[in-house]
Amino acid sequence: MGAAEGAMSISRRQFIKIGAIGSGVAAGATGLTSNWWNLYAHPVPDPGTDGDRVVPTFCELCFWKCGVLAHVRNGRVTKIVGNPKHPLSKGRLCPRGTSATGLLYDPDRLKQPLLRTRKRGEETFQPVSWNDALDYVAERLDRIRTEHGPEALALFTHGYGGSWWTRLMGAYGSPNVAAPSYAQCRGPREVAFQLTFGRSLGSPESIDLENARCITLLGSHLGENMHNTQVQEFAEAIGRGAELVVVDPRFSVAASKAKFWLPIKPGTDIALLLAWMQVIISEKRYDLDYVTQHALGFDELKKHVELFTPEWAHPITGLDPGLIRESARLIAAHRPASLIHPGRHVTWYGDDTQRLRAVAILAALLGSWGRRGGFLLPSSIDVPKYPALKPPTPGRPPLDKPTDGHYPLADETLASGVCDATLTEAPYAAKGWIVYGTNLIQALPKPERTIEAIQKLDLLVTVDVLPVEIAGWSDVVLPESTYLERWDDLWSPSYKEPFVAVRQPAVAPMHDSRPGSWIARELARRLGLGDYFRWEDPQQYLRSRFDAAGLDFRTALRDGVVLGEAGPVSEEDGIELGFDTPSGKVELFSQTLKDAGFDPLPTYTPHEEPPPGMFRLLSGRSPLHTFGRTTNNRVSGQLVSENEVWINRDVAAALDGFESPLKSGDYVVLENQDGVRSNRVRAKVTERIRGDAVYLVHGFGHTAKGLSFTRDRGASDSALVSRYAVDPIMGGTGMNVNFVRIVPVEA
Amino acid sequence: MRGIRKRRFAMAVDTRRCVGCQNCVLACGAENGVPLGSFRCWIETETDGVFPELKMEIRSQRCQHCSDPSCVSACPTGASHIGLGGTVLVDHDLCTGCKACIASCPYDARYVHPDGYVDKCTFCLHRVERGEGPACVSGCPTKALVFGDLSDPESALSILLRERQHRRITPERGTEPNLFFLS
Repeated sequence: MGAAEGAMSISRRQFIKIGAIGSGVAAGATGLTSNWWNLYAHPVPDPGTDGDRVVPTFCELCFWKCGVLAHVRNGRVTKIVGNPKHPLSKGRLCPRGTSATGLLYDPDRLKQPLLRTRKRGEETFQPVSWNDALDYVAERLDRIRTEHGPEALALFTHGYGGSWWTRLMGAYGSPNVAAPSYAQCRGPREVAFQLTFGRSLGSPESIDLENARCITLLGSHLGENMHNTQVQEFAEAIGRGAELVVVDPRFSVAASKAKFWLPIKPGTDIALLLAWMQVIISEKRYDLDYVTQHALGFDELKKHVELFTPEWAHPITGLDPGLIRESARLIAAHRPASLIHPGRHVTWYGDDTQRLRAVAILAALLGSWGRRGGFLLPSSIDVPKYPALKPPTPGRPPLDKPTDGHYPLADETLASGVCDATLTEAPYAAKGWIVYGTNLIQALPKPERTIEAIQKLDLLVTVDVLPVEIAGWSDVVLPESTYLERWDDLWSPSYKEPFVAVRQPAVAPMHDSRPGSWIARELARRLGLGDYFRWEDPQQYLRSRFDAAGLDFRTALRDGVVLGEAGPVSEEDGIELGFDTPSGKVELFSQTLKDAGFDPLPTYTPHEEPPPGMFRLLSGRSPLHTFGRTTNNRVSGQLVSENEVWINRDVAAALDGFESPLKSGDYVVLENQDGVRSNRVRAKVTERIRGDAVYLVHGFGHTAKGLSFTRDRGASDSALVSRYAVDPIMGGTGMNVNFVRIVPVEA
Repeated sequence: MRGIRKRRFAMAVDTRRCVGCQNCVLACGAENGVPLGSFRCWIETETDGVFPELKMEIRSQRCQHCSDPSCVSACPTGASHIGLGGTVLVDHDLCTGCKACIASCPYDARYVHPDGYVDKCTFCLHRVERGEGPACVSGCPTKALVFGDLSDPESALSILLRERQHRRITPERGTEPNLFFLS
């Protein structure tokens, strides 16, 4: 009865409020509500999800790091919405950000420190106190340092909390800090743009989708891939009538909005890019002034592409020459506000740096680098580092840079390289791994190789929120607090609207979890490295950095973000173009590549094709998930809890080995060229994909015991990537080189 | 009653902007405390054609807040009713959970709450009355959803519906739906 009375009293109050905001009090009594059966109104009771506190911070459900407002009511986070003051979210989130409560309140979270009790990989642990866990780790780190040198420790890291661990590695004296986000993701792009324009694209990418008049996507599936700000700007551009060209073997969401969809044969993008350049150059549709003023090597390029006509590209790409020509003309017609999207996860075939070089060269022909609607040249707010000791210089180079000259143009440490070096113990042995926020079993190709490498270690420590697969292989598992329970370092990226964002806890750490900043510092203290972490607490650390930058810390805490003055970001804004390449020009022809023994201009080379009865395995993203990190989330998991394998309708009808024609929803198994079999996965039988490829959303098929929601749901594309093609230029691991056959689930 | 206009709340869904990310679904769920597994809004995808000649429309869907709602006619207790701005609502206290409304709704927009009553989209009137948009609208990263008052010819919604081609889903059922899909 009490509850009903409560509801009535709320209703009455709201009823009065409705009247008060109407055009007159009389409206409240008579005009605003009508009712067929009852003479009184039933206003909607407030669901009570607004916070009694609203805490601005920034998201960690993916790496985009949008500003959010966490509503906290009676000590519980009730909902997460976008922070309107934050330039990356502008008050709107993607569904992963909205479902962050599903991570915070995940019943499967790591709840206390764990020590392994039996064989690695058996996932058998005993809970221990933080003191015992940290002493254990510190003692072994100390021994590794003494017996093998500090370089024998490697850190694999993903996510913004990684900065504390990078600091620890510096203090410890190891150069082996690796992020799979480089060699397994965006590395080839960064190298290609650095080579061509003297500047890489970073994150968030310095592209101007919003003002583009024509957007070209090559394999990028914006809208399924929810980089929030990019999707917002993409929709804005569509709303303003921007043209869209989508190159994808799959009829993606973006393709459904495109003027031209080019259902390209996978692995042939370089041929298409060369043909586009051939059309644009031979029909003189490029930006002559821009090229003349800023670029080097145009004559070589012109000669290079002369014979790469759409007719040449047709049998390679499977695309109609007319479609290639028409799309090239559309792309050129809107220059310079014609954006060839550079993509992000670009490690596909092992010649990815060359493909991204072709993208960059095309962008130069369109004059879109440094121009509105193309590639912008933003800067960041300068925030001095916290005053600290200078870390020691490591005695040996990173593990992934063997002296025989592999991958000469890699400019970050290769996670795959560190893994390989651990296995081969060359150039020297790695004895300890710290794995922070990245599930290496899914993030690195060829998981069985990662597991072999682990056997060489004296110590494997995983710091994570969830009991992911790599935790199961670890000696020590340290439960970190989620982003909603912790402070982290400030963030000051290069962006057209420069800002400094602050991460602050919405609620206290749950269970016996601890923030990474605390864990890393406690380890540092035990290793005699406490002086590298000399601050009272994270607030004092942050306040000191804000003060040093002349920014108001209290504003940052109140708003979640401090905005800087938007400076010029394009030639239209008054920037004079300059290029940090060896020649000081846009290098269409790359002498650097030539000197290193690579093609100075991108060339198409055919890739192995799937044998009869097999299909190329492609993977991509769901808007609900970030890799395998979110698949255990019961909130986003309401909508997507397993992946499906996309199979062309004609292919499905003609598959061997099935008693009746395959239908959507039927379970199948994928078996790759090396005999690796997937977990069972539902088929999505569709017209929306070519017949020579199948497609999976990445991140499913978990096997870890502790992931009770997502375990055994869907298929792991990572497990099927038992081979990869290494990019000789920078060591990226091309993963679209695996073939699968579709087989029935064994009874 | 001078100057008093009877409001008619409605929504437009821009299918060109919508990418089907489903943030509307989760933002609604978080705002309204919708039980896991139940949904007040959802995404529909309609694909036509044969590879490679394909067309696809993505629609963010919810109760159509019909002007002549079959659910209200079907409700034996008066729980389903028309509220502020023509919004179709359910009075939880009056609802017996008989599901006659669920059977009569052409849009499958209702679900049974674990507490026994039928529940559905309210256009977030608790937000609207304090001048905010429904949670799905405010949270949409592509700004594909526009909520407004059709009785005001100068509302952003009315202007949009004058300027853009649009259609309603299943209007032949005669319930006079108030969700408009812009193409």
